[in-house]
Amino acid sequence: MSLKAEEIKILIKKAIPDAEIDIIDTAGDENHYSATIKSKNFSGKSKIEQHKMVYKAIGDKMGNELHALALNTIEV
Amino acid sequence: MNEVTRNKIKELIEKDEVCLFMKGTPEVPQCGFSLAVSNVLKHLNVNFKGINVLEDNEIREGIKQYSDWPTIPQLYVKTKFVGGCDIVKEMFEKGDLQKLLNIK
Repeated sequence: MSLKAEEIKILIKKAIPDAEIDIIDTAGDENHYSATIKSKNFSGKSKIEQHKMVYKAIGDKMGNELHALALNTIEV
Repeated sequence: MNEVTRNKIKELIEKDEVCLFMKGTPEVPQCGFSLAVSNVLKHLNVNFKGINVLEDNEIREGIKQYSDWPTIPQLYVKTKFVGGCDIVKEMFEKGDLQKLLNIK
């Protein structure tokens, strides 16, 4: 099972429209990614809340189609 | 998640001050992310309890609901969910993890 970087971007954008997203396929297997996401919507939120926003955007694909997504969320 | 699982998780996080829900054990982690968090705690000489979710599927699925967090590893300190691998690493780099664990 795998998920393309573009699909992940689309899912995140849908939930966090102003997000600036950089995704790296760390293992080259469409299953382990690292993402840096910048958004105004993160401001005033804890890291846990910020990461949860991203996980919610990806929904149940997280942990299933997508094994690993390292996150770095940044408020702008 | 059923009540039995919820109580089991509650007992685990109340019993040990620092609990790491992980894939594998602190001695033999089965996933790079679990390894990373386990190594941070070892580096800080923290006495922690590793809970291998691969040995108990109800805990594995239950802990995700308990914390409303979809991935493993998950670190709990004093019954509170601290975060997954990225957050723990970031807190370690900033010194926030050391503060939380009262390490000078």
